[in-house]
Amino acid sequence: MDLEKIRKDFPILKTKINGNDLIYLDNAATSQKPKSVIDSLVDYYEKYNSNVHRGVHSLSVKATDEYEKSRSKVRDFINANRDEEIIYTRNASESLNIIAYSWGSRNINKGDDIFITPFEHHSNIVPWQELCRNNKANLKYIPLTESGDVDLDKFKSMIGAKTKLISVTHMSNVLGILLPVKEIIDIAKSTPAVTVIDACQSVPHMPVDVKDLDCDFLCFSGHKMLGPTGIGVLYGKFDILNEMPPFLFGGDMISEVTYEDAKWNDLPYKFEAGTPNIADAIGLGVACDYLKNIGMKNVWNHEVEIGEYIFNKFNALDNFEILGDKSKEERGGVVSFSHNKIHPHDIGSGLDRFGVAIRTGHHCAMPLVRSYGIVAASRASVYIYNTKEEIDIFIDCLLEVEEYFK
Amino acid sequence: MSDLSDFDDMYQEVIIDHYKNPRNSKKLSGNYDETKAHNPFCGDEIELQLIISDDGIIEQVSVTGRGCAISQSSGSLMSDSVYGKSIEEARNINLNIRSMLKDEELSDEDLDSLGDSYAIEGVKKFPVRIKCALLSWAALKDLIDKH
Repeated sequence: MDLEKIRKDFPILKTKINGNDLIYLDNAATSQKPKSVIDSLVDYYEKYNSNVHRGVHSLSVKATDEYEKSRSKVRDFINANRDEEIIYTRNASESLNIIAYSWGSRNINKGDDIFITPFEHHSNIVPWQELCRNNKANLKYIPLTESGDVDLDKFKSMIGAKTKLISVTHMSNVLGILLPVKEIIDIAKSTPAVTVIDACQSVPHMPVDVKDLDCDFLCFSGHKMLGPTGIGVLYGKFDILNEMPPFLFGGDMISEVTYEDAKWNDLPYKFEAGTPNIADAIGLGVACDYLKNIGMKNVWNHEVEIGEYIFNKFNALDNFEILGDKSKEERGGVVSFSHNKIHPHDIGSGLDRFGVAIRTGHHCAMPLVRSYGIVAASRASVYIYNTKEEIDIFIDCLLEVEEYFK
Repeated sequence: MSDLSDFDDMYQEVIIDHYKNPRNSKKLSGNYDETKAHNPFCGDEIELQLIISDDGIIEQVSVTGRGCAISQSSGSLMSDSVYGKSIEEARNINLNIRSMLKDEELSDEDLDSLGDSYAIEGVKKFPVRIKCALLSWAALKDLIDKH
C-alpha cells in the first residue's frame, strides 16, 4: 500500500484547519472522498445527467447503464449472488427501516422475540423498538460475559421458535471491536429468525462476503466508504426480498398501473420508488473501484496497525482510559477514550485548534456509552490515509490540551 | 502552526479560573429552591439552589454539577453575577446573556449588568458550545420563573 500516493488522491487532506494541516480522525462518522469519486459526480452532471430506466435517448441510456454498472460493482464488492439483491437506499438507517417496516410489520407477531446486542448504534436499536411496540413483540439483548463479549452459550438458551429476527453490528462504532457475526448467524439457523448485519463499520474497512456470512440482510452507508453522502445499500437474499411488499410507492417501482390498481416492479426496482440518487450511486461504484484496487485485506491490515499504534500510545498515558480493551485480532482502527477529569467537548474543541478532528459525545450509542458509567467519550477512528506521524501529532496535541485544562 | 493561544477566545482566563475554582459551590441548608438542568447529549449537569427573600432578593446561591469547562464555569460565573440581585435584575441579566450569545447589540448598561459572566461572550464564535454556556442560565430561568 503506497500511503503517500493514497494521500495525494484525497484533495481535502491539503486543507488547513485553524492554520494547521488537517488530521482527520473521524472516519467512523464519515470518510473523506478520493478525487476519482468527486470527479465521477461532476462527470455525471456535466456529461450525461439524465433520468434512468425511462428514456430512449442516448443520455438516459448512458445514465441507466452507469447506474446499473455501479450496482454490479457493489454486488461484486460484497460478493452477493445477483444484482437484484442490491437495493439502493439513502443510508444504512433507511435500509434497516425498510427491513423493519416491509419485512417486520408482516412477519413479526405478538409475543415474538427480536434480538440485538448492547453494542448497537441507535439506527440498529430504534427501528426495532418501534416495530416491537407496534406489533407487541419483545426486544431482547444478547447477553454479555463478564469480560464484555457476547455470551453465545447464554444466547443459545434464550432462542427458539419465537425468535424471528436477529440484528447485530459487525463492528462496534464506539469500541471498534468485531462481533462474532458468523457464529451468531449459524446459531440463528436453529430458529425461524432472519439475520440482519449492520455492516456500516465493516464493509468500508475489511473484506465482507455475504455468501460466506450467509446473513439474510446486510446494511451499510456509502459515505463511510469513500462514497458520497445520500447513498446506502440494503442487501437481502433474493427470495426474501422478493416476498416483501414495497416500502415506498410511486414511480419506477411499478410494472403496470391502471386507474384502480398497480403491479409491483421486479427486484431491485420494487424498492427504489421515484427517481433514484443516480449521481451518488455512480459515485459509490467508483468508491468500490478505489477500495478494490487497494485491496480490502490491505485496508484492514493498515487500520489494525494504526489502531494498535493508538492503543499503545494511550496505554502509556496517565489519566486516560480506553473503552473496551481488546486484543489486536478483535478490533479495527476505532479507539474511544475518556479522561478522568476533562470533558470530551473540551478535548474535542482543543484538538480542533490544532487541526485534529475527532468525534466527541455519545457516538449515537447512548446505552453503550452509559454502560461505561460516562455519558460522553472521545473517539479517534482511522482510514486508509491516516499515518503514524498523524497519530504522534494527535497525541502531542492531546497532552497539550490536557495541560491547558489541568 | 497555531497553538492554543487563539483558543483563549472561548476559554478566557476567567473561564478557566472559574472552571478550576468554582464559586458558590457549597450546598445550601435551610429553605431553598432547587432545580437541575441536564443536557443528555453530552452529559453536562447543573444543580442550582437559591434562597430568595420575601422581598425578592437572591440571598444565597449554590451551583454544582459536572461536565465541560464551558458549562461548569458558566454556572460559577452565573452564581456570582446574580448573587444579591433582585429577581427582576436576575431575569434581565439572563435575557442579556442570551442576547450576547446571539450576537445582538447590548447597551453599555446591559453589558455592565453581566459582571464577569461577560467572559462567556467568546463562546458565540463556537455555536456548538452555546448550549453548554446556557445550561446554568436555563436552570436560573426555571427557578426564578416560579417566583
